[in-house]
This record gives sequence, structure tokens and C-alpha cells, in this order.
Amino acid sequence: MADSNSDNRPLSPHLTIYRPQMTSISSIFVRITGNALLGATLLLVWWFLAAATSLGAFELASSVITSWFGNVVMILSLWALWYHTLGGLRHLIWDTGRGLELQAAERMGWMMIIGSLVLTALTVFYFLQGV
Amino acid sequence: MVQLTLPKNSRITRGKVWPKPDGATNVRTFKVYRWNPDDGKTPQVDTYFVDLDTCGPMVLDALIKIKSEIDPTLTFRRSCREGICGSCAMNVDGINTLACIYGMDEVKGDVKIYPLPHMSVVKDLIPDLTHFYAQHASIMPWLETKTNRPAKEWLQSIDDRKKLDGLYECVMCACCSTSCPSYWWNGDRYLGPAALLHAYRWIVDSRDEATGERLDQLEDPFKLYRCHTIMNCTKTCPKGLNPAKSIASIKEMMVERSV
Repeated sequence: MADSNSDNRPLSPHLTIYRPQMTSISSIFVRITGNALLGATLLLVWWFLAAATSLGAFELASSVITSWFGNVVMILSLWALWYHTLGGLRHLIWDTGRGLELQAAERMGWMMIIGSLVLTALTVFYFLQGV
Repeated sequence: MVQLTLPKNSRITRGKVWPKPDGATNVRTFKVYRWNPDDGKTPQVDTYFVDLDTCGPMVLDALIKIKSEIDPTLTFRRSCREGICGSCAMNVDGINTLACIYGMDEVKGDVKIYPLPHMSVVKDLIPDLTHFYAQHASIMPWLETKTNRPAKEWLQSIDDRKKLDGLYECVMCACCSTSCPSYWWNGDRYLGPAALLHAYRWIVDSRDEATGERLDQLEDPFKLYRCHTIMNCTKTCPKGLNPAKSIASIKEMMVERSV
């Protein structure tokens, strides 16, 4: 095959034209939640460090983390934690060679989405009761 | 590495809108990726109108009709028209498939056709598969034996032969590998679902005597372990095979032999 134009060849489109799949979306969200949780962890570390530093530092950190915006971030992080945990469980199941048929994989994807929402609601409910 | 956007020379612009067929009442719109190595332009999406009353039911039927009646410069691979040669693999309506066995009735709205994703384009719908074939060759796709050649043939029990079902049917169309985001970002070093399914096909073959060497060769952070079980491969395979499961089986064998 004549290959004279091989340097000039375009790359065919990929992400922008590929239809999102149940399995691919549930997979990328495991990664997104994992990375987001790193940020959430840093927030909590800031909170603890501030508590060990001074009253002023703690009040600042605490006011940010318990503001309405902080609450939204923390509830989203809680969901991310449950979702990522369930995603990890799905990987453990896959590692045993089970759940690799398409239907099973997709069903587990739905279970991760619904399960993480239910568990987040239950966790919030549990802690609100304690307040 | 992950590069989410297309390089400058690959960005797509709107292309030509070809005339509608005269007197046709049952018309379907096709949006087809075009790139000509000889005109110095960036890729475009051309619009064609096909009269369904005089066209076969498959996406490939429409492409052939476009080529013979509207635009003879439209370029694509095709051969067997029955899903066994793997030539007409392309991205139709957002998933990779064989145009010859994909019915137009499975697509809602306009039929959008692109080459297999994240590949170097030779012309129009033809991707350069050189690297893909080299990866297949690298997994030693043949029976590797050490014992003396038997007088007649290498025998295999019915049960052992059954282990190859769901593997030997692969036609190397590259739909799976080019649907895989891991292959998009790391296709230079990650072997991709097609090559790994073939690797597994020889690993589980009871007659093969190089299982250890085959596993050694795959024990690599990129070749095998870039698979994150995204499963686009299995979802898109036009032959209904399950490369994700084959890859998971190789990973299992890796663990089994190390404990």
C-alpha cells in the first residue's frame, strides 16, 4: 500500500461520537468519584489540622465545611464514597470471574447507581437522627 | 496518553450536501465522514439522501448505493456482505459494527457513519490497521508445541474443543479494540480486546504447549492490565463474543499461577 501520506493522516473521532454505554459510564464514574474523594479527604484533613492548630483556624475550617455549600460537598462526597465502594465490590466480583456477561455487568451497574443513592439517603437519615 | 480533543488536522467541518434523488418518497439521510489525502482539507461530514424503496436493508447496502449512484469517490472496505470477513467495520450511530449486518431500521433518525474511532485514517471510512495486526501477530496466533509431531494430527477431546467456542469465531474486524477507551489512550502499548481474546484462545487450547511463555509475555502493566473492564468491547462485538471475559480469564490465570 502506498504510504506517502501517512504523516498527514487525521485521527478518527472517538469520545465525541461514541455512544455512552451503561458499562462505560458506570466505569468512568468509579474513577471520577475516586479522584473527587481525594479532594474531600483533603478538606477533612484541613478540618482536623485546624482543630489541632488554634481556635481561630478551627472556626474558619468548620464554618466552611458546615456551611450550606460545605454540606452539599459533603453529601456529594458521601454519595461518591458509597458509589466508589460499590464499584470496588463490582471489581472484586469480576476478579473472581463472575458477572462478566453483559447483562450481569449492566445489572450490577444499575445496582451501583441505585444502591449508592439509597445508602447515601440512609446515612444522611442516620446522622440527622443523631443531631 | 489521554488526549480528549482531536489534533488540529483531524477536526471535522461540515461537508457537501449531495442532491436528493428525483421522485423518491422514502428517503433516509446519511451523514458520512470524509477525508481525502489528496485535497489538503481537514475531514468533513457529507450528507447523502438514499431512496430506501430501491435499497437493501443494511447500512452497507446504502453505502454501496451511494457509491454507485451518487458519489463514486466514497471509499470504504467491504467484501463478504455477511459478517464473516470483518472488512466493513465502522462506527454506525455511535457504536462500532459491521455495516453489512447492521440494519438501517436499528438506527433512529439520520444514519451517522464514521471510521473506527481513534485510528489513523487512510481515506474516508478506511482506518490504518497496521498496528492492530502487528499486535495480533505479537501474541503468537498459532499452535505452539514442544513434543514430537504426532503421526496424524493433534488430538483434542470434545470438552477441550468446547473451550474454544466463543473465541474462534472472532473475525478480527477491530470493532472491539477501537471501542475501548483504554485502547484509545494507550493503544500503543495496551494490546486491546481483540489481540487479548486471541491470546486467550491459544492459552486455553489444550493442544498448545506454550501456556507459560504466553502468560509471561502478557505479564506487563500495559499489554494486559490496561483493561479496566469498561466492557465497550463486549457490548459492541458484532459477532456477540465477550473479549472482556477472556481478558478477565487471563488475569485469573496470572493470579492462579503465582499463588
